Amino acid sequence: MKDIIASTLLILILTASLGVVYPIVVWGIAQAVFPFRSNGSLIEHEGRIVGSELIGQGFLSERYFHSRPSAAGSGYDASASGGSNLGPTNSKLISRIQTDVEELTGNDPTVRVPADLLTTSPSGLDPHISPAAAEFQIPRVARARGINESELRRIVAESTEAREVLILGEPRVNVLRLNLQLDRISR
Amino acid sequence: MKKQKISIWDPTIISQALIQSFKKLNPRTMLKNPVMFVVEVGAIFLTGKLIANLATGSAGNVGFEFQITLWLWFTVLFANFAEAMAEGRGKAQADTLRQAKTETVAKRLGSKGEIKTVGATELRVGDIVLVEAGDLIPGDGDVIEGVASVDESAITGESAPVIRESGGDRSAVTGGTKVLSDWIKVRISSNPGESFIDRMIALVEGAARQKTPNEIALNILLSGLTITFLLAVVTLQPFAIYSNAAQTVFVLISLLVCLIPTTIGGLLSAIGIARMDRLIQKNVLAMSGRAVEAAGDINTLLLDKTGTITLGNRQATEFIPLPGVSDLRLADAAQLASLADETPEGRSIVVLAKNRFGLRGRKIGGVGKSHEVVPFTAQTRMSGIDLNGRKIRKGAADAIEAYLGESRNGDLPELRRIVERVARVGGTPLVVAENLQPLGVIFLKDIVKGGMRERFNELRKMGIRTVMITGDNRLTAASIAAEAGVDDFLAEAKPEDKMALIKREQAEGKLVAMTGDGTNDAPALAQADVGVAMNTGTQAAKEAGNMVDLDSDPTKLIEIVEIGKQLLMTRGALTTFSIANDVAKYFAIIPAMFVATFPVLNGLNVMNLQTPQSAILSAVIFNALVIIGLIPLALKGVRYRALSASALLRRNLCIYGLGGLIAPFIGIKLIDIIINAIGIAQ
Amino acid sequence: MTLNGILQILGYLVVLTLVTKPMGIYLTRVFDGERAPFERILGPIERMIYAFCRIKPDSEMNWKQYGRAMVAFSMISTLAVYAIQRLQYYLPLNPQAFAAPSPDSSFNTAVSFMTNTNWQGYSGEATMSYFTQMTALSIQNFASAAVGLAIAVVLIRGIARFETDSLGNFWSDIVRGILYVLLPLAFVAAIFFVSQGVIQNFKPYEVVQTLEGTGQTIAMGPVASQLAIVLVGTNGGGFFNANSAHPFLNPTPLANFVQMLLILIIPAGLTYTLGRVTRSQSHGWAVYAAMMILLTCGTFASYWAESRGNPLLPQNADQSTLGGNMEGKESRFGITNSVLFATVTTGASCGAVNSMHDSFTPLGGMVPLVNILLGEVIFGGIGAGLYGMLVFVILTVFIAGLMVGRTPEYLGKKIESYDVQMAILYALIFPLTILVLTAISVLGEDFGLTSLNNPGAHGLSEILYAFTSATGNNGSAFAGLNANTLWYNTALGAAMLVGRFLMIVPVLAIANNLARKKRVPESLGTFPVNTALFTALLISVIIIVGALTFFPVLTLSPILEHFQMLSGQKF
Repeated sequence: MKDIIASTLLILILTASLGVVYPIVVWGIAQAVFPFRSNGSLIEHEGRIVGSELIGQGFLSERYFHSRPSAAGSGYDASASGGSNLGPTNSKLISRIQTDVEELTGNDPTVRVPADLLTTSPSGLDPHISPAAAEFQIPRVARARGINESELRRIVAESTEAREVLILGEPRVNVLRLNLQLDRISR
Repeated sequence: MKKQKISIWDPTIISQALIQSFKKLNPRTMLKNPVMFVVEVGAIFLTGKLIANLATGSAGNVGFEFQITLWLWFTVLFANFAEAMAEGRGKAQADTLRQAKTETVAKRLGSKGEIKTVGATELRVGDIVLVEAGDLIPGDGDVIEGVASVDESAITGESAPVIRESGGDRSAVTGGTKVLSDWIKVRISSNPGESFIDRMIALVEGAARQKTPNEIALNILLSGLTITFLLAVVTLQPFAIYSNAAQTVFVLISLLVCLIPTTIGGLLSAIGIARMDRLIQKNVLAMSGRAVEAAGDINTLLLDKTGTITLGNRQATEFIPLPGVSDLRLADAAQLASLADETPEGRSIVVLAKNRFGLRGRKIGGVGKSHEVVPFTAQTRMSGIDLNGRKIRKGAADAIEAYLGESRNGDLPELRRIVERVARVGGTPLVVAENLQPLGVIFLKDIVKGGMRERFNELRKMGIRTVMITGDNRLTAASIAAEAGVDDFLAEAKPEDKMALIKREQAEGKLVAMTGDGTNDAPALAQADVGVAMNTGTQAAKEAGNMVDLDSDPTKLIEIVEIGKQLLMTRGALTTFSIANDVAKYFAIIPAMFVATFPVLNGLNVMNLQTPQSAILSAVIFNALVIIGLIPLALKGVRYRALSASALLRRNLCIYGLGGLIAPFIGIKLIDIIINAIGIAQ
Repeated sequence: MTLNGILQILGYLVVLTLVTKPMGIYLTRVFDGERAPFERILGPIERMIYAFCRIKPDSEMNWKQYGRAMVAFSMISTLAVYAIQRLQYYLPLNPQAFAAPSPDSSFNTAVSFMTNTNWQGYSGEATMSYFTQMTALSIQNFASAAVGLAIAVVLIRGIARFETDSLGNFWSDIVRGILYVLLPLAFVAAIFFVSQGVIQNFKPYEVVQTLEGTGQTIAMGPVASQLAIVLVGTNGGGFFNANSAHPFLNPTPLANFVQMLLILIIPAGLTYTLGRVTRSQSHGWAVYAAMMILLTCGTFASYWAESRGNPLLPQNADQSTLGGNMEGKESRFGITNSVLFATVTTGASCGAVNSMHDSFTPLGGMVPLVNILLGEVIFGGIGAGLYGMLVFVILTVFIAGLMVGRTPEYLGKKIESYDVQMAILYALIFPLTILVLTAISVLGEDFGLTSLNNPGAHGLSEILYAFTSATGNNGSAFAGLNANTLWYNTALGAAMLVGRFLMIVPVLAIANNLARKKRVPESLGTFPVNTALFTALLISVIIIVGALTFFPVLTLSPILEHFQMLSGQKF
């Protein structure tokens, strides 16, 4: 019984301190020092919030670089994150990829599609694509926007993020920021 | 029993063991061995299933199923055979002992000295019996009167008779031994059925075998593994059903039997029995298996100097006279003082004087009319002779000094210098004085037995510290300790010092082993974790210790330690071997189970076994045969080498771990080739 | 496999090794009665808590008292978490007005967080209010971690103490663990994570219009403060469904690196503490080495498998440029960091994930599964990893002792049948729970198999992984399995309870038995527990116990799927 009382009191005091005080203190510091980050890295464009720098969006238009396929909700649903969870031998996975490949290559067996454009991310909200995936889309976007490819390639290179601390992570292109950049220079 | 070395493959033992293997199939007997019990239950179940299948005509692959069932029975029988073999060797020895225990007649002495003839079984503790030349001693006891030569070959195998006399450390006699000459009166110290021979028979037959602590722990480990594998196999069926590859009960039980540690499970008790047997072959009787196991854990070995480290007798090697005394005079006095001294030391003094100075040994009667021998007593601690007015004495330096009293103070510093010099080089100084005048010192040298230094080095490598116990003074003890190569010594030791040392070591958590024979050793023998009593010793010592060495050889302790370690090592090695075997068995059976449904799993068939049936059968056969194959190892034990724990482990892991991993791959493959060649695996 | 990938893995392992010693020293000072760092600041708070809870921190407990206190605390914890979930609708900070989760789901979650498993049958951003996340779940992230830590400390005390039955004070161990270890680390980590882009706010979900003009609802919340303790306490329960793959939880490769470090820092440090408290530092390192070798081997095995990609994809899917099988992996982490995170989080019983293990190649996904099957001892959960490992150490020492012909000894204590018995019990409960519950599930046509997301061998992997994760108190998943059903919520909840408490009991019993023993002096005949040979033997025992038990079922799941994949079969 003594143990029960001590447990209850301890849970109470922990709830008050760790459950209330601790997150609020972190919140206070975060809001004061990193307000942009702590509120979700939201990006404004032409006076309205168009999304978060960190949360991927689906793009369908030929004029934009496309993101990876998403299994979050009906696609890039940022209130229902998640992956496809399809196993490597699951025919659903294989046929999904088969369909995408056919669409992206126009049934040309010589064209090779970077795998990130065919695979879903675990969050379904991956804001990035690989430089190879961006490169793959350059001809299409250039055609749609009427800019020459080398100009476009320069813009892509500018918005490519390198590895951190020399080796960490993979080089990547933030799709939303790249598309915003495109919109800024060519309407 | 030394005489009867029993070969492992003695035909009478084998035939007995074969019969026993079947008798041991009784499930109640099997229950003592959980691993093999599981196999037997499996075999019974499959037999029933096989019969039911045949009866209903729903049999699948009868040839295969029959062979699996048969080999499961073989597995159980082989394990029983191993145990029976180990017991058989003991039984053979027990039979010899029983011959010594044939009904004897005792001459019981009544309170008034009258003799009443009774059967030996009627004797009770405290009875006094008379044993005369030609009689068998009717029971264990102590000689209370008389001296006799006794033939103890019935228990020790040694044909040379030994002397048993009242008082002192040679008073114990054992029932079943025979008095050859003279007579003795014996006070019986054990009731019928509890005598030394009875206990010995029980021990060698394995009836008194209790599981040792480590054996219990190992049994728990093995049971745990068995349950784990039982679980793995039982749950495999649902997974197989999920995968549309349900298995027959024959295949599942085959897998189970191959996985559970049958190799060690089948040989475990054989190993234990064989180690006891091994001790008995070394003429050591262990009163409990616990003691044998403890012997392997010994940290400290207490060894009596005399008889163990050094030859029992010291030898005079030099006469060192005081200034102004001639060598000859000292030698003469020394020889005279020693004429009546029948101890080996005394005789060596006489011999040295003869060799050095040509002084012939004289008969005491021949040297003078009026002589009186002064015998050694514990009070004076010196001996000598009074002869024609010469009072010659010899003894330890302090005893002689006390005897001389104040009279010769002038020579004392010089005398002490010599005494100290002798002691420092490991000799025992014996001072000779004549008519209260010191003449000089006899240098008695302790002769360290050959090969002792090497043995102690070995012990050190095993992590065992040796301590030499001696009544000598510190200087002498230090010198001999250095010469023999022991780690430490206890000088001027009295029995209570020995006891204190043991307790001190044990307080530090160490396990102590010692040997002893005297009654005053009994408390220490009882206190020590391993106390080996000499068979020549007193009954009290034998009762106090937990082992008795029939050869009365104190260096036997070293071999006992080795046997104790061997016992554990053999179990450990076979456990490792058994578990390591499972890897190969998996690679034989698992692909075979599922390859029919999933041909791609043939990728796991690394041994390239020919058919699923032959793969499973090969694994089961290998599993059974390996028990037979390892019986010699179980009986003989893993070879012990004096190496540090790390080196030993590395070695044993290579042989039994790695070997256990690889051997079955080869073995199963070979069996697979053979059974396919002769076409029994369909 | 790329040079850069290998460098990232090695870099991580080196940094982990570097932080082990300082962390171990720090932990020793907190728990070994020495003056802890920050005592001046935190001391008054500590005493205030004792006063409030009427705890006498200096009264030593024996194992039964300790166990009773632990059970009482865990029971009250479970009740609190359950109650808050059920009442969530009526409680504040619920901007999305979420209703209460179902009773079975609430039970599952309560047990899951109390046992440090943090298995999540629910989806965070669609189920739990901010209040529930902060007060119910987050508290248990601290408390369950502190309990695990305390049990490990008790076992270390049992090894280090002689001829006593007092093993410390449960309440003081819990409070000190939280106050001196978990809270400071979590606090610093939380601020760092915010700087990297992890959110910390109480706003309702943000509704934005995307560049192409469609709407997107972005989930928000006090993420950073919870994320930090989730990792430090090897809990692993994500604020959002996608866990550490979600860009708000793990925005940058640097943040990812720090997350992996936080998962293992305390488990690694504890090996140093073990050496320090028992005055056998080299033994601590030998145990560390065993864990490190298993972690390294697992990482590279999985890395190799994932790098080879999925051969079933069409010819013109270019997997090589990105380094392998990218299904279920984030672009910023790539193959390397996904694989490393997967081995780290399953080696430790953390369970946070930054990729979907369900979509790994068969062998690549078998590594996380096997990591848990080996008993969560590859560093393992906070505390739990070390005490699990020490159980294997006892078995190793026992076998080694037999092999050298000496009653086994471990750091001056004889290992006797009681210790072996408890160690075996510990090693037995684990496979028993996993295999039996998995077997029942695969036989359950209408309750077990209906939850499957993948057919064939992979389906078996999903169920096996679920029960392995629950029993191992890991919490990660082959997440395709829909575990939010009555059967799975209940069975997995039971597995978590068994995996926690039935395994703590033998550990406490061993601690008690060891503490009572007399000291046995070491000699040349004693098998040394600080050599490479010991480490090698320990690894073999772990692998053999794990592999031999689970090889049959693994053959029918990942191994079968691997061969099927190679031969071009799909389902």
